[in-house]
Amino acid sequence: MTTQETAAKRTALYEEHVRLGARLIPFGGFDMPVQYSSILKEHEAVRHNAGLFDLSHMGQFILEGDGVAAWADELTINAVGTMKPMQARYNIFTAENGGALDDVIFYKLENRWLLVVNASNAEKMWAHLNANLKDGVKLTSLHGKNALIAIQGPKSVQVLAPHTDVDVNALKYYFCAEGTVYGKPAVIARTGYTGEDGFELFVDGADAAEIWNALLRDNADAGLIPAGLGARDVLRLEAGMPLYGHELNEEITPVQAGLQWAIKFNKPSFAGKDALQTQAQNDEYARIAGIVMDGRAPAREGYHVFLGDRKVGEIRSGSIAPSVQNKNIATALLEKDAAAPGTSVVVHIRGTAYGATVVPLPFYKRS
Amino acid sequence: MAQPADLLYSKEHEWVKVEGDVATIGITDYAQNSLGDIVYVELPKVGAHVAQMGTVGVVESVKAVSDLFTPIGGEVTEVNGELENDPALVNREPFAGGWMFKLRLSDASQTSGLLSAADYEQLTQE
Repeated sequence: MTTQETAAKRTALYEEHVRLGARLIPFGGFDMPVQYSSILKEHEAVRHNAGLFDLSHMGQFILEGDGVAAWADELTINAVGTMKPMQARYNIFTAENGGALDDVIFYKLENRWLLVVNASNAEKMWAHLNANLKDGVKLTSLHGKNALIAIQGPKSVQVLAPHTDVDVNALKYYFCAEGTVYGKPAVIARTGYTGEDGFELFVDGADAAEIWNALLRDNADAGLIPAGLGARDVLRLEAGMPLYGHELNEEITPVQAGLQWAIKFNKPSFAGKDALQTQAQNDEYARIAGIVMDGRAPAREGYHVFLGDRKVGEIRSGSIAPSVQNKNIATALLEKDAAAPGTSVVVHIRGTAYGATVVPLPFYKRS
Repeated sequence: MAQPADLLYSKEHEWVKVEGDVATIGITDYAQNSLGDIVYVELPKVGAHVAQMGTVGVVESVKAVSDLFTPIGGEVTEVNGELENDPALVNREPFAGGWMFKLRLSDASQTSGLLSAADYEQLTQE
């Protein structure tokens, strides 16, 4: 070997993944399970029963101090200052040009905030937060120390409720609570990235394996199985949720990604406000749209999309979608005149043109 | 799954069943297992002349697109139309219902470079 490779880090659950026969891939600097049994089986478990995910690769930062809300409101598009105690809120850190640095979730806990960033952006975000640090804001990283276990699927309440002192049935969507799971301290949030009901458990890395194994042992009858990043990507795509680096990046703004609902233009100022406002008002930008292939050939990232003879964009994510009549779905960054739902477009796959239709997002919504 | 003894194998994880001057070709159990859930198979056209080790199609899993090679050359005489509606047949029955295409051998000596079941088994253990 002549190349130097940085050894991938391991989450607190690495040994469990190996024992469960997971196929591991490097992702966000960690060796992560892409699948245990089969991506489609794990997808099905999450849609009909429940799946258990290790998301400990995601960056967890703690923010403390009286100045956090005002400081964060300057750096992000959504409102932080208006969050209620124990509320969670999706947000995006932006650059002055409106590009997205990362999409994140803020959790407003007692006396502190938990900020969860994408694994692939954890180092960049750590540098960005530190470079912009102000008096009244203290920043600590739990990245790689704390674990994050997600339970996702319609049976999530049934899976978790007997093993926690928190009334998880009463916990509202995008709210969280501090309590215990199997007697171990945990922040329990009703959040997720699958389009199903579910919980995310922020626990100490030292407790993670015990909780993980106990949940699997006690919920086999409920159909709970471990699920990997492969299933997670299909689930989030069906649910129309952006993945940083695909539907959102430093060149694709939150306006282009269709995330206007998360932009609070009534905030006095925030990074990228002018650029985003100008872009939203003139409305002439390429935008993320949903695409359903007419046939069986899957659309993949990077494939070119045409309207007649004119190239109007590129596929950003694509997959077979078991929850969308097993059709091939995709997102594409399309010029405005090609992005209206109902538009017939053509996707070029290995030199052949395949028909597709633009559709509204999300592809899947739970009933 | 054991490697059927009556087949020949390529290092690229295809199998070949030779009957007279016609060969049936598919991918091995090892290959389908490595790929995971197969969601799409693109096969050569009937009548196409394909060269040994040429790319003749693709096999796509949920996450990945892989080229399909032909371990021997010839004229494609038949493709497995079942795979259009049920590509997962390759996962379930890689050596039977999941066969991919048949061809009329252009040069029977090309099979001499293929592996026996035992040698292929050895390869997958390495």
